[in-house]
Amino acid sequence: MTTVHTFRINGSDVAGTDGQSILAVATENGIDIPTMCHLDGLSDTGSCRLCVVEVAGSSKLTPACTTLVSEGMDVSTTSEQLCGYRRTIIEMLFLERNHICAVCVANNHCDLQNLAEELKLDHFELPVIAPKVGIDASHALFAIDHNRCIMCVRCVRVCDEVEGAHTWDVMGSGIGVRVVTDMGTPWGESTSCTSCGKCVQVCPTGALFEKGRSIGEGSKERRPFLPYLKNQAQEPELT
Amino acid sequence: MSESAPSAPPAPPKRPRRAADGLRPLEGPARASAYVCEAVSCLSAQSHDILLKLGEQVSGAGLKDVEVKRVGCLLLCASGPLVQIPGTGQLFSNVRPDDLDAIVEALADVTPGEQRAPEAPFFSRQRRIATENSGRIDPESLDDYVEKGGFEALRSVLTSMTPAQVREEITRSGLRGRGGAGYPTGLKWNTVAKAVGSPKYVICNADEGDPGAFMDRSVLESDPYRVIEGMAIAAYAVGASEGYVYCRAEYPLAVSRLRKAIHSAGRAGYLGLHILDSKLGFEVDVRLGAGAFVCGEETALIASVQGGRGTPTTRPPYPAVAGLWDQPTLINNVETFANIAPIIRKGGAWFAGIGTSTSKGTKVFALAGRVVNTGLIEVQMGTTLREIVFDIGGGIVDGRAFKAVQTGGPSGGCIPAEFLDMGVDYESLVGVGSFMGSGGMIVMDETSCMVDVARYFMDFCREESCGKCAPCRVGTTQLWILLDRISHGGATLDDLAQMERLGAMVQRTSLCGLGQGAPNPIFSTLRYFRDEYLAHIVDRVCPAGVCAIEPAPVPV
Ligand SMILES: Cc1cc2nc3c(=O)[nH]c(=O)nc-3n(C[C@H](O)[C@H](O)[C@H](O)COP(=O)(O)O)c2cc1C
Ligand code: SF4
Repeated sequence: MTTVHTFRINGSDVAGTDGQSILAVATENGIDIPTMCHLDGLSDTGSCRLCVVEVAGSSKLTPACTTLVSEGMDVSTTSEQLCGYRRTIIEMLFLERNHICAVCVANNHCDLQNLAEELKLDHFELPVIAPKVGIDASHALFAIDHNRCIMCVRCVRVCDEVEGAHTWDVMGSGIGVRVVTDMGTPWGESTSCTSCGKCVQVCPTGALFEKGRSIGEGSKERRPFLPYLKNQAQEPELT
Repeated sequence: MSESAPSAPPAPPKRPRRAADGLRPLEGPARASAYVCEAVSCLSAQSHDILLKLGEQVSGAGLKDVEVKRVGCLLLCASGPLVQIPGTGQLFSNVRPDDLDAIVEALADVTPGEQRAPEAPFFSRQRRIATENSGRIDPESLDDYVEKGGFEALRSVLTSMTPAQVREEITRSGLRGRGGAGYPTGLKWNTVAKAVGSPKYVICNADEGDPGAFMDRSVLESDPYRVIEGMAIAAYAVGASEGYVYCRAEYPLAVSRLRKAIHSAGRAGYLGLHILDSKLGFEVDVRLGAGAFVCGEETALIASVQGGRGTPTTRPPYPAVAGLWDQPTLINNVETFANIAPIIRKGGAWFAGIGTSTSKGTKVFALAGRVVNTGLIEVQMGTTLREIVFDIGGGIVDGRAFKAVQTGGPSGGCIPAEFLDMGVDYESLVGVGSFMGSGGMIVMDETSCMVDVARYFMDFCREESCGKCAPCRVGTTQLWILLDRISHGGATLDDLAQMERLGAMVQRTSLCGLGQGAPNPIFSTLRYFRDEYLAHIVDRVCPAGVCAIEPAPVPV
């Protein structure tokens, strides 16, 4: 038997079942909460912090993707402060490494770009970090440009949870963190990688891309072979 | 509490008393003893040589009734190596292995029952509960610990109390977690006891990563059996069967003493199956941390014990409900466990009688910085900062003026002179914008620059951030860039305003306590020392003369 909880999001009454996250119920009810690390079908880590919401009675902000619904909770997702925080997070992600959309394979197919637009981020204020980081193009089919990686670790999760290869993992600390293949060996030398391309498919930016694609050609929808993984960058209609 | 219930099993047979490693045992009772500190800071200053040489010289002088003994921390760490003659209370500091005559002479003069020398305020103002055996027993000797009442509490718990009664006693004591946030220990134990799942685990958090803090290390090095006893009592109270001590690998001596203690406690029947012939079975194992500060955070610690990368996860679920291997897990700090045995022995009401209305008992602090006496202190909750800095600490070195005291490590804050008469407890520290933390206490005088202090802690946080969540990973680096800009004189008032906005955002949106606490040093220094920030920005001078201010750019 599943228990149903009724509660409120932004003042309207909604219902969710035991074990559902706030994010899932919000999505069902057409309430948009920006997300980045979340991907339907993968486990949630609550790490990008974009989906943080306010719950009445708690002074802390809580991520909608990992917080389970409970009876009578009163959730608010759109306060001005929250929107400001979200904009700052996107700004941080842009300034952390080196995102130059004009020369990126994912230009116009990028979750980061879309969110910046959605949240009306029109200029940067914070200090730029942009350290020199590398590219690993040793794999025959794919490459990773760490400059464009925003550490959502979707690749790590899809490789572990769906493909079962666990080629990807995370190394380092602070702004020195990187996703790495096979404990830090070059991707081309990885013995666990099955070259399935799932990591490339789920990457929200142009960090992971198929070789041979040029600027703006990194559409993830050309070969929709992971239909169970939803909510990736919505492609503009081809006319 | 009844000390010996009728069914109390016989105490294990006493083995003949051994002197410390490398020394011959005494034949008769000792007339006088010399305690040589062999905790790591004295050891690194050759205190083991001192122990051996002193042993030789004592026998060379024909003092057959003088015992030379290895003990744990004698607290006044910065003046080590330390040797104490407990009969008279004399303490010899900065002892050199080739200059032991004064100690031998003093030992020859000791007459039993002699009046003790009045203790220096550094010692007399302290109240020792968690460190009661520190510097008084040989940390590697189970017999020594048992002689001082060790494992009595475990025995009485197993023979005459139900688990619920134990938890009640801990709740009554008002003990709060010594690992930082001060969560009520009794409440935590009750939650774990009520959580559904088997097996349950007990974890002792000995990761101690705050810069300058070494309380937990000292407890483990000086009295490891006490922590084991506390953990075993906790295991009985919450129904756990396995325990881990998560200790950082940078503490090799603590780890080795702990391992020895676990081994000999197991052989003597204080750990293992059927502890003291009761139904309680409890094993303890040591897990080493690789030196990441964030691994002290409980969810990261659990990930690390499981063999994964030590990154925090979102709570709830709390470890008390789903912790190690998703089982109910009790995590407490070393010092929290060190307080358990005395509470059981003397009763929760006794403990609740010490301290302030909200914070009971004592707290161990690592007193460091610009005070005369630096070392380890254990004081009653509610002791004022003035007593700590000026009576116990002996005041500021070179007679300079006191400026601030930093508590709470990288999530803490700086408390200015106007609060010197404030009693220290969990609430009062938060009230003035700081934090209890694990117990680091750094005293600063007018030669410390507050911008530089904030910059130092932000540098620490940005390196120790696990990199999982964007606000902390990127935000701490950006805050550090802004602080660096200020300290070089290159910042504007806009930068200052931006730093405050960014700090608030990092505090609110970060995933774990590291990011949430990281902006605190900025906020507390801004609260009390904003003029110093303005001096750096507007006048381009560092009032304390610490920061290297670059000359203003020449307009073209
Ligand atoms: C970044 C971070 C570092 C921490 N480091 C430690 C530590 O070194 N030792 C410790 O006992 N607790 C540490 N804690 C607190 C633990 O998460 C936990 O609250 C504590 O071990 C609980 O024990 P207690 O209830 O006995 O205090 C840390 C917390 C955070 C957020
Ligand atoms: S706040 Fe910092 S340390 Fe904590 S999870 Fe986020 S990045 Fe890691």
